[in-house]
Amino acid sequence: MTAKRLLATLCILLTTTSLCHAETEMADIMRSNGKIYVVVAVLATIFAGIFVYLLMLDRKITKLEKTNK
Amino acid sequence: MRSWWWKILGTLFVGIAIIAGILIPVPRLDITNESIRNLYFHVPMWFTMIALFSGACYYSIKHLVSGDLRHDVYAVQLTNTGILFSILGMLTGMEWAQYTWGEAWSNDPKQLTTALCMLIYFAYSILRGGIKDDEKRGKISSVYNIFAFAMMIPLIFVIPRMVDSLHPGNGGNPAFKKYDLDNTMRLVFYPAVAGWILLGTWIATLKIRLELVQFNRDNDFLFKS
Repeated sequence: MTAKRLLATLCILLTTTSLCHAETEMADIMRSNGKIYVVVAVLATIFAGIFVYLLMLDRKITKLEKTNK
Repeated sequence: MRSWWWKILGTLFVGIAIIAGILIPVPRLDITNESIRNLYFHVPMWFTMIALFSGACYYSIKHLVSGDLRHDVYAVQLTNTGILFSILGMLTGMEWAQYTWGEAWSNDPKQLTTALCMLIYFAYSILRGGIKDDEKRGKISSVYNIFAFAMMIPLIFVIPRMVDSLHPGNGGNPAFKKYDLDNTMRLVFYPAVAGWILLGTWIATLKIRLELVQFNRDNDFLFKS
């Protein structure tokens, strides 16, 4: 009897916890709208800009090093 | 641009981390929710800081051994870039904490010890500013830098693990285990760390090279006059 009750309680606990997990809020809706890719594009653009900036700075310093030799 | 491949590699890694870090699915955890993705951006800041400070310690020892002021330039600029990354890490951490721990500053042991570590390195810059003589400044600040690095290790790696902390991996919590980091997250996290370390090194080398141009010019002037 006690074993059965324990099993039942365990089952209920397990299902409720799994339900809780299913209800965890994630960005699914945002992604189904496809708008998340806009954010990715913006971030990629910013990072590309930083990369180009660093690259130009690097080349400028290389030029400076050559003229100073 | 003497060797450029690692700069491109670092950029590619960080680019991958930005794109995949947002799009690839992550474990569903309560409270953290999607903010778990901050792991790809907040944690690499600290890894980069540690890498840059290690480099600074290396060049400080080198400067003490050789007495070459160029090594001092390396140590200073590596430290400065490390400080930049520590500030970025602290700010991103506080932003993340605001929405997951409830407040930006909760006197978490790791927050306190890293703040201490940052203060020690801020003092390095102040110490340098206070000494006029180049040789003396190089020697004293190199010794200080080595001690600062020796303090950073217990402050960041040891003390937070001995007490209860909100950070994962401290106070008996697992870190880098399946609860915190599943295998798909590793695929993004490790390139992100490597990428940011390479990028931080790139920024540091730019500053070092600029300082060296200045250094050579000053020395030429002294030599000619």
